Amino acid sequence: MPKNVEKVENDYRHHIAGRDELMAMKAKHRVLATYSFEPSIIERGYNSRSLYISVGGEYDISNQDELTSSVNGESGIVIGEKAVTEFMKEKFTGGKGFDLYHLWKSVREDTSWNAPVNNIVISPGPLAGITQYPGAGKSLVCSISPLTGLPFDSNVGGFFGPFLKFSGFDILELQGKAEEDLIIFIDGNSRTVSVETAPDEAVDSHILCEQLTEMYAENDDDRMCISVVSSGRAAEHSYIGCLNFSFFDKRRNCVRIKQAGRGGIGAVFRNKKIKAVVIRYRGVHGDSNNPVKKGLINAAGVRLHKEMAHLDTKQNNMRKIGTANIIEVMDRYDLLPTHNFQFGSHPETPKISSKVYIEKYVTQNVPDGCWYGCSMSCAKAADNFELRTGAYKGSKVCVDGPEYENAGGLGSNVGCFDPHWILEANFYCDTYGVDTISHGTMTAFAQECYQRGLYNLDDSEGLDMRWGNGYALNELMHQMTQGKGFGVIVGKGVRQMKRIFAERFGKVAPEFEHMLGSRTWQSIDEPFTDKPIPTAHFNKHLADCKFLKESGYDDEKVLGEIKGTILENAGANNDSAFIANPKRWEKIDGIPTISRDEIADYPVGKPYYSDDPICPYANGRPWVKMTPGQIAEMEEFGMENKGLEYSEYLMKESLAQQGGYALCNKGPQHDEAWLIFMDMVNNQIPTFEDKAEALHYFPMFRTWFGLLGLCKLPWNDVTPVNNKHEKEPAKFPEHVQNYFDIYEGVMGFRHNEASMIRQSERVYTFQRIFILRMGSGRREHDMPPIRSLGPITVDEYLSRKERYDKQLVELLGIDPSGMSVEDKIEKIMEYRKDQFRQLVDAVYKRRGWTPNGIPKLEKLIDIEMDLPELIRVIRPHLKEEGYWPMGTEFEKYEGM
Amino acid sequence: MKRLAADSKKCSGCGACELACSKALFKVEDREKSAIRITARDEGGFDIAVCDQCGDCVWMCSAIALSIAPNGVVRLNRKACVGCLICIGECMRNYIFYNDEFQTPLKCSACGMCVKSCPTGALKIKE
Repeated sequence: MPKNVEKVENDYRHHIAGRDELMAMKAKHRVLATYSFEPSIIERGYNSRSLYISVGGEYDISNQDELTSSVNGESGIVIGEKAVTEFMKEKFTGGKGFDLYHLWKSVREDTSWNAPVNNIVISPGPLAGITQYPGAGKSLVCSISPLTGLPFDSNVGGFFGPFLKFSGFDILELQGKAEEDLIIFIDGNSRTVSVETAPDEAVDSHILCEQLTEMYAENDDDRMCISVVSSGRAAEHSYIGCLNFSFFDKRRNCVRIKQAGRGGIGAVFRNKKIKAVVIRYRGVHGDSNNPVKKGLINAAGVRLHKEMAHLDTKQNNMRKIGTANIIEVMDRYDLLPTHNFQFGSHPETPKISSKVYIEKYVTQNVPDGCWYGCSMSCAKAADNFELRTGAYKGSKVCVDGPEYENAGGLGSNVGCFDPHWILEANFYCDTYGVDTISHGTMTAFAQECYQRGLYNLDDSEGLDMRWGNGYALNELMHQMTQGKGFGVIVGKGVRQMKRIFAERFGKVAPEFEHMLGSRTWQSIDEPFTDKPIPTAHFNKHLADCKFLKESGYDDEKVLGEIKGTILENAGANNDSAFIANPKRWEKIDGIPTISRDEIADYPVGKPYYSDDPICPYANGRPWVKMTPGQIAEMEEFGMENKGLEYSEYLMKESLAQQGGYALCNKGPQHDEAWLIFMDMVNNQIPTFEDKAEALHYFPMFRTWFGLLGLCKLPWNDVTPVNNKHEKEPAKFPEHVQNYFDIYEGVMGFRHNEASMIRQSERVYTFQRIFILRMGSGRREHDMPPIRSLGPITVDEYLSRKERYDKQLVELLGIDPSGMSVEDKIEKIMEYRKDQFRQLVDAVYKRRGWTPNGIPKLEKLIDIEMDLPELIRVIRPHLKEEGYWPMGTEFEKYEGM
Repeated sequence: MKRLAADSKKCSGCGACELACSKALFKVEDREKSAIRITARDEGGFDIAVCDQCGDCVWMCSAIALSIAPNGVVRLNRKACVGCLICIGECMRNYIFYNDEFQTPLKCSACGMCVKSCPTGALKIKE
């Protein structure tokens, strides 16, 4: 065997039925509609047509582009085609741009995520599908997000996007809502589309993708020609549903899945009752994308392949361990989010370092690209991983991980420093169809609330929500699949949790205690089982990483305390040993039932009953409103912005990254800007103007990847030898030139930096106005939770005392000696809030927006996006703010 | 292990091997379409670049188009190859080539056609 390939024997087919049974399962499908389409030739990256599928339901389509051909099937199914016009190509380029274009045409200002008219749009982008350059197989997915209520974009690898394109379509639009579970099958070789009922197939992705790959492949060899889009059962009961895009990994002999993780689009998918979209395409070759100048692509591809082969082991080790290589690096630089973003490092990080994963978990040492031609190969996997909990306990599975974000979100941020638990949660997030990042950040929020005493074991139904409880981390998900338990509340995300906790989890005021009758309010220290549940060490020092050891805290000890209690076998089955409260609350006479409208004026501390259409699950106990002080407390450390949970980098010591997160169109995700090293470590952007320039260039540059169908990692996760001599090394200019080469290779047009940024600005600005149209997108919506700006607790301050004291002296001219920590926090936070305000001003100005965050008319004219639909959205805002321009040249925009 | 062994000291730089190779592969005489490449050294003499069947490229082929045959030759299955060119990047000695006209890389399969064409005996098939 060449190199160090370590052959691991596995057979994941035992998870699914044999071929005969699969065929019997397939025979139960009822075909509701079929559609045949003509062959297409890709020209300059485009097929110039999209595939449209409505899975049923009635809704207004009057604003949408017309179908150029279509068929109507049973149960309201429509399959058809739309044209991809020159206008679309010029203004929106492709990928995320096309997705947002169709989404805009579909929804109205008041469309909610679960309306049938909300569509899921998937587009691979014009460069996607080339095999010669690493990272060219991305699909971009957009929909109205359940978490944010806003247009959301998420990118994902896997073979689906390229297969869709080679089958003949630039875009797949999924709209409507079905009455029963459906699958959609696109055969790119026989050029047919069918929509079929699928009553017996699994919902969870690791089983479903294996089933459908086996079912639709013509033989074993054909399995490489199948890709499946699916979600999972937890997406049915949470807002954090992800989409899985599969590919068959011939070396591992199994189906692998990659995730369009963020934003909850998997919840939209399952809400539409789509079980899966399956595509089959045989015949991928080096010219499948029909490039105009293939030589440019070949040369750029070989250049980068050589760099990877020569440099990766000396630099990031992506081929060996993927993004998990930075776990210990982030810890070293105080950037690894720990205990809900309080700290940036932890003494136990070595337990979850990349070395541990390499030695104990990641298998086979084979290239793990998620599309052909990726010599970076970061999509690592752990074979034959035996699960400890949940629906598949005891099963040996292939985990798509580890990845950095998972180690941060499912590890340090929730205080879990056990690599097994992290991988187990990673696996269950994927197969149940939930986003690992949101799951980590929302669990961390729930844990901190619990440990601050904002709710108790009665509220969590026995779930021990202390840092480091790996059982709880996984149990929350098992509960989400069942639609019951505390996990359902957590699964609605931090923004909804804040609201739900505020409505339900307050303390009964003494004057209302009599209303509970014979029941008493569960206190945190009162176990409700015969075996005692260990009393949590709720003092706040528990959370302080530097003082953890000194305060006697250690993970092993805490887990040891669980032994012999009800928590030991928690999560061992789906009924959950956690939900073991023997004293379930019965309805109490005399406690009033009020409507949702009445909650606002209802007294704090007085029990009541009500309902909640967003989260109907409740444990039967009467609700009690929290105090305004408790609500304000949660706002400070609930790490969400625009409704989306923060991704897993500690941002509080980098002003530029605070902006990178909060000023991100879709919510705090680092795919727009990752400026921490530039800002904090290398000090390359010292002034507000420098930071604003970075917060213009990088979000635009990174948006460009999403327009074209490219992965960002090959851009800067390997550094060219001469990069340090470049004028602007942070931009990796040599690699940017590679992208101009492959763009020219496919499209025939040579970009420069200005034309590239212009292309992105059109879509980026469009997305900002789209968000504005949906009721957000103003300055107030870009304001982050204050924990993201600096230390808000004594522990946080003390953990970096030297640094903060120094800043008080050097930046504020204050002598900290003799000041209380609380006073110091107040001073430093006042300063940081002001810095953030100034940053926002500078960034808005650089982006061509008003101080309230509204794109100016002059900006739209400049980037040739002065479209009537957009003008109509911004005009009232600009007039209100006094930024509507005067002059005859602007008169025509008055009547649009 | 079967492979083509090259002795650059004996090479006259005539290029007959390149033409024989491209003819065997594509029925044309064009060194740019050959899996063996002769280049003149600045200091005199010639370098012969041709695959030595080390197999280091095999592990990175995700399409599994490259495999090691029982006789030790690293074989390229053109039907399975998706033209990603990773094998070229992976070859530390730069012994695999590509031509923009073709979908798949140019790689020596130790067929021996060049050996017959070499007038100086610089090339041999070794078992």
